Amino acid sequence: MREALARLRSFFRKAPLDRDLEAEMAAHLAFAVEENLRRGLTQEEARRQALVRFGGVAQSQEEHRDARGLPALDVLMQDLRYTYRTLRRDRSFAAVAVLILALGIGANIAVFSVVNTILLRPLPFRDPQQLVWMSSNRGVGGLSAVTYTVSVYEEFLRHNRSFQDVTSYDPFLGDSDYKLTGRGEPQQIAAVPVAGDFFGMLGIKPFLGRLFTPEECRKGGRAAVLLGYFFWQRQFGADPAIVGQAILLNDQPVTVVGVLPASFDFGSVLAPGLKIDVYVPAVMDMLRNAGNTLALIGRMKPGVTVAQAQAEVDILMPQLRAAHKDWYDDYATAMTELKVHVSGKLHRSLVVLWCAVGLILLIVCVNLSNLLLARTAARSKEFAMRSALGAGRGRIVRQLLTESLVLAAGGGVLGLGIAFGATSYLAHQGSTALPLLSTVRVDGAALGWTVAIALAAAVLFGLAPSLRISGGNLQGVLKDSGHGMSAGLTHNRMLATLVVWEVALACVLLVGAGLLLRSFLRLLDVDLGFQPGQAAAIKIDYNDEGKAEKRGPILREILRRVSAMPGVQAAGVADMLPLDRNRNWGLQAKGRVYRKEDFGAAFVYIVTPGYFGAMGMQMRAGRDFNWQDAPKSERVVVINQAAASYHWPGQDPVGRTALVNGKDTRVIGVISDVRESSLEERSGLEMYLPETQADPEGAELVVRSQLPPDTLGASLMRTLRAYNPEQPAAEFRPIQSLVDHAVSPRRFFAMLVAIFAGLGLLLASLGIYGVISYAVTRQTQEIGIRMALGATTERVQLDVVARSMRLVLAGIAVGSVTSVAAGRWIVALLFNTGPNDPAAFAGTVVLLGLVALIAGYIPARRASRIDPMIALRGN
Amino acid sequence: MAEKKLDLLQGTLDLMVLQTLAAMGSLHGYGIARRIEQASGEAVLLNQGTIYASLVRLQQRGWISAEWGTSDNNRKAKFYSITQRGRKQLAEDAAYWERLSGVMGRVLAMQNEGGDR
Repeated sequence: MREALARLRSFFRKAPLDRDLEAEMAAHLAFAVEENLRRGLTQEEARRQALVRFGGVAQSQEEHRDARGLPALDVLMQDLRYTYRTLRRDRSFAAVAVLILALGIGANIAVFSVVNTILLRPLPFRDPQQLVWMSSNRGVGGLSAVTYTVSVYEEFLRHNRSFQDVTSYDPFLGDSDYKLTGRGEPQQIAAVPVAGDFFGMLGIKPFLGRLFTPEECRKGGRAAVLLGYFFWQRQFGADPAIVGQAILLNDQPVTVVGVLPASFDFGSVLAPGLKIDVYVPAVMDMLRNAGNTLALIGRMKPGVTVAQAQAEVDILMPQLRAAHKDWYDDYATAMTELKVHVSGKLHRSLVVLWCAVGLILLIVCVNLSNLLLARTAARSKEFAMRSALGAGRGRIVRQLLTESLVLAAGGGVLGLGIAFGATSYLAHQGSTALPLLSTVRVDGAALGWTVAIALAAAVLFGLAPSLRISGGNLQGVLKDSGHGMSAGLTHNRMLATLVVWEVALACVLLVGAGLLLRSFLRLLDVDLGFQPGQAAAIKIDYNDEGKAEKRGPILREILRRVSAMPGVQAAGVADMLPLDRNRNWGLQAKGRVYRKEDFGAAFVYIVTPGYFGAMGMQMRAGRDFNWQDAPKSERVVVINQAAASYHWPGQDPVGRTALVNGKDTRVIGVISDVRESSLEERSGLEMYLPETQADPEGAELVVRSQLPPDTLGASLMRTLRAYNPEQPAAEFRPIQSLVDHAVSPRRFFAMLVAIFAGLGLLLASLGIYGVISYAVTRQTQEIGIRMALGATTERVQLDVVARSMRLVLAGIAVGSVTSVAAGRWIVALLFNTGPNDPAAFAGTVVLLGLVALIAGYIPARRASRIDPMIALRGN
Repeated sequence: MAEKKLDLLQGTLDLMVLQTLAAMGSLHGYGIARRIEQASGEAVLLNQGTIYASLVRLQQRGWISAEWGTSDNNRKAKFYSITQRGRKQLAEDAAYWERLSGVMGRVLAMQNEGGDR
């Protein structure tokens, strides 16, 4: 230890120590000469003998340095200095190499950060491995199907043995949107009602203030609200004094009891792509008769597995059901680890992304290997010279590896910068519906990953040139003139093999990207059942005191005013928009016998007359609602085609009687199927009820107009405020944004893979160009001779281009075979696209062929311009 | 031809230096080298320069200390002396060498006692 320290100290005090040693050795020789003189030798002989006895001065110095310092580090420093000088001499090479590496490494770090955040890192809760997501109806169906009633929640909480605690929240986000008034403009804010123990159970401690008290979660208890950190910052300027004050939510004073920490982002975990502003207590007694309204999260007791919890619930739920005749569902529950619920579906996509970016790194390495090999060949005389001067082969290989390491380190640092930019963009863009994406950042693990891949890359691309040097015959190189002749066969073959591999890798990437892009385009082509273009929606506010008699006239007046605005083609109101939120109610054909469990759960939308037109939906039969469908008149419903063929197969449902939540309702129309949950899934059973006959959950005013939403938004807000001064400021969002949001994960992956494929293509073309160009340079003389002997320009060009094409064809052959396997592997990620999609494969081949042509043509042109006289005289 | 001089085993030089300093007190590099040569009856082959690597090593281990001073004939030189830790180390190493040489001596003195085999 002490010695190591002393050595380290000596390492940094080289010059003074060397001076010291020199003085000591001088004194030594002086003593020796003196003694020899005393023995009677001549001055000259005395000196000679002293030197002989001393031995090699330089050698002793070297030994001294080795003994006192860190010889390995000394060599490294030498290598680094030498590398610095070499790379400075060849700046363009160094720049290109570092840039290529930075792209490869940067992409890898960025993707690693995403994978780490979404897949690898545990959820940001206490002991997240104990958390389990409970999903009713075995997780199948809309939100109403997979949630629970208060009674089920309470009974399960009381009787289960697997869980320490089960908490719940109301996942019908948007039902409980609040209007914040009294602080500037009225505002619509997003709230989640959560059970009293929600935060405590997840292990979230408030940043300021406290969590809810049991009293605040009771019916008639003091109204309380918890603020999300970012909402607190944005809305209240991060003022800590807000805690304890009352704010006006829906015109009621509510006390702010605390602020949640920045690390807690409800939306990013449980509602990707949504921002939640505040949290309110879910008052169970208020929700008791509201049907399935709760999502359940359980915390298992230590040592209990998900399978055990599943086994228990499989027995427990039927028992509870038997004891409660009033439950209208059997609540067959699927238990999934919360982490799997949040990100399990993305597993395959992320792994594919990771592989794609790994391929990029491989291509980068192959490319650099190529560059370095070409350089090594050019530098072979330098190495031969060093070897002749006494450098061991190991030493030269070490020098080469040091160079690769320096390049990789440069690429790593720059790549880290790129990744940093990419991840902060991803974390802040906020429109991609991927869980946890907002928490993506370059962290310690990513730094470790950077070091690992930079090292791996350095070894990978540094290996080929090193092997070549250590295997080569250096004396031969010194004698060889090197230039002008066809290069050594092995050397060329090595370069060519590398390029073939590079092309093959790029081919796999391109095919993969092609398949994903085509899936994405097919998805955009899906018939949504409505026309998102030229329509936009805004949340509106009105006070109907919960009475349908009042609601009708209010909405009618709002729609009259909005429709009168210039540029407005159609307007209508619905409580929920497709691809946004949904809920299910029972729908059956009256008089038909169903299986016991079949309630015909259908997505339900409460709408006004004009909504179908504003959304651009098509009536298939019957009529739209009108204002004569009043609270006291006959109950009416419009169903979609899927519901029509499910409940009235082969019949015309219009005019027939349906049971909606058990009540007789006349079917008055059939409308187009709307993709309500996602673009990928077929439409489920859907029904529409008039605002005057059913209770809506919020209100979205949909306006169809050729005016851009930005232009229309301001005047629309004026119109709404003129009617209701309390109308909160809300976003006038294009319906297209709902579609964009729904396809955002697919777009995210397709775009990333496409970017990587583009990068791969670029690198592969650089590789082809590099090799062909190098070959042309090496063969200047040969080409000169051929031209002197009468070869035409075209002939020479053709030869060079053909060589390039041969490489690419070999690469495509290898790549296509691999791509077929890769396509099979990602088939689960494709949409309406086969894994052997001819367009993707053909496109890849054409693209690669084109690139090969261009990459080959540039050197070919150069070759054809070789002047035979100059070429032959040269060298 | 004179008898070939002894090559030094790894580590033996360090021990010799320690012993010399323990016996003679403070000495400069040349002095140490000469003492070793004389004590060995000029039998040790010593490139005197190699002594300096040994000296810096011992110094870094804290077994000897060094100081610039002036010699009898008024020449500036670096003087080395053994430290307390150095003496302890010397005792250990010397004991080890004595054991080793004793064992080697006995083994090499082995006669053919068991008859030919």
